[in-house]
Amino acid sequence: MKITQISVFLENRKGRLYEVCSMLGAAGINIRALTIAETETFGVLRIIVDKPDKALELFHKNNVTANRTEVVAVEVEDRPGGLANILKSLSEQDVNVEYMYGFIEKFTEKALLVFRFDDPEKAGKVLASCGINVVTSKDIQAL
Amino acid sequence: MDVSFWNREIETADRSSLEALQIQRLKEVVSYALKTSFYQKRLSKVGIGSPEDIKSLNDLKKIPFSVKDDLRQNYPKGMLAVDMEKVVRVHSSSGTTGIPTVIYYTREDVGRWTDLLSRGIIATGATAKDIFQNMMSYGLFTGGLGMHYGAERVGMTVIPVGGGNTQRQLQIMRDFRTTVLHITPSYLLHIHQCMPEYNIKPRDLFLKKAYLGAEPYSEPTRLKLQELYGIDIYNSYGLSEMNGPGVAFECVYKNDLHVWEDGYIVEIINPTTGEILPDGEKGEVVLTNLIRHALPLIRYRTRDLAFIHTEPCPCGRTHRRISRILGRTDDMLIINGVNVFPSQIEEVLMSIPEVGTNYMIHLATREGLDRLTVKVELYQKLFTGDLSQLDSLKGRIKDKLRASITINAHIELHEPGFLPAFEGKGKRVVDERQKL
Repeated sequence: MKITQISVFLENRKGRLYEVCSMLGAAGINIRALTIAETETFGVLRIIVDKPDKALELFHKNNVTANRTEVVAVEVEDRPGGLANILKSLSEQDVNVEYMYGFIEKFTEKALLVFRFDDPEKAGKVLASCGINVVTSKDIQAL
Repeated sequence: MDVSFWNREIETADRSSLEALQIQRLKEVVSYALKTSFYQKRLSKVGIGSPEDIKSLNDLKKIPFSVKDDLRQNYPKGMLAVDMEKVVRVHSSSGTTGIPTVIYYTREDVGRWTDLLSRGIIATGATAKDIFQNMMSYGLFTGGLGMHYGAERVGMTVIPVGGGNTQRQLQIMRDFRTTVLHITPSYLLHIHQCMPEYNIKPRDLFLKKAYLGAEPYSEPTRLKLQELYGIDIYNSYGLSEMNGPGVAFECVYKNDLHVWEDGYIVEIINPTTGEILPDGEKGEVVLTNLIRHALPLIRYRTRDLAFIHTEPCPCGRTHRRISRILGRTDDMLIINGVNVFPSQIEEVLMSIPEVGTNYMIHLATREGLDRLTVKVELYQKLFTGDLSQLDSLKGRIKDKLRASITINAHIELHEPGFLPAFEGKGKRVVDERQKL
């Protein structure tokens, strides 16, 4: 149920995000979802890619500071209230979301949401019990 | 100009009486120094086995210099020359690394030190009628307590506020009608910038004088501060190794600082060769403490650069004047009045596993105060991917630095390889402060 997110520690400097993304592009690795948390001097880029192991290897070879984080991705209907419904169930079951981000799939009516939970096991169960479609690594590759 | 004396006889003594007093006190200091194995070894090498081997001030020149590292090597009590029972006070200053330098004082030592501070205060024309607000930090730092004792002995009304809390400082100045301040130049400047915020103007206050120390600053800054506040500003010089403040003080003529030569023997040397320089030439200040017995220091290299004036002062004091401190011979930084060595910062950073080997120390001026920014690179292998890890890392660096150098630093994390690569630790310091 859990999928791999890659977190990249990036210098907050012009062109650095481009450099890292072009590394992935040149290696044929596709970014499925992305978010950036930024501070004054650095940012943390969080990405879901189709080939996470290959991406990590690439980063380490190129001296890019990166590590893997386990996250949960779910599919929700791309309509008003879609996210709120999920958050309601999680909140009722006392599951805490550390951070989350989302994006819209191209060819379906669904949105993909990526969650980092403090307790991913419990979160998975809550989501499953609500009949929410939890995305697997295979799904990510196929997107 | 009105000139007042605390001890006219000594302050105006002719050179030969002054030197006779210096020799007598140097003998006393040597007799205590010989009780420590450190000085016993050092003095016996140059043929001094008893105080009687000091015949003239020329004999002093045979004695090798002492340095800050000697104090560190002998931490904590290796250079203590009296029983701990006789010690009534301990002060400490930062060492160049984690080991601090510790200074001990007997009751008599504190008394003699206090006397020189009272002498300095009176030399500026202050009196027992003055209200003295001491804005230097108290505690292990000598600046606060040292001047406090001197001002009390003069009979001033002493307000021991210590540093910081601008609003309270201003309120006390106004409500207690403070007339004399003891403060660092940067803090005095900062307070002026804060005054509009608290709706207080210098003319609402009753200030007449300020004693500025602990930081180097220039003559134009003194003139500017005098004009901003409408007060007289006097320079004060000292260092904990020489007891603390009160080694040298300006008189009403504000024409550089009289070194109290009955308390300290001052020499100026070429910092590279160690050769003694004639009066008027700029070099490193070397001081022998003639008034402290608990921890004798003979020919101590201060690393401060200054020169001795050749002209006598119109006030009539015979004690020679040194210039304000013109620089340092080492890489010590003075940050908001606190002495900091880059090596102390490095030691803290290298004790934290998540910090890489490259770092940078950046200094800037913000609202008149020094701001220290420490830039470090994250150690690649220990990045977990969590932002909270990075936040807590920053917090940990900040806490450890505060514990070591007592300064709140601003911490910046950088990606490995993104800070400039430096050769030698001196170059890691970028000082963009406005010169005071």
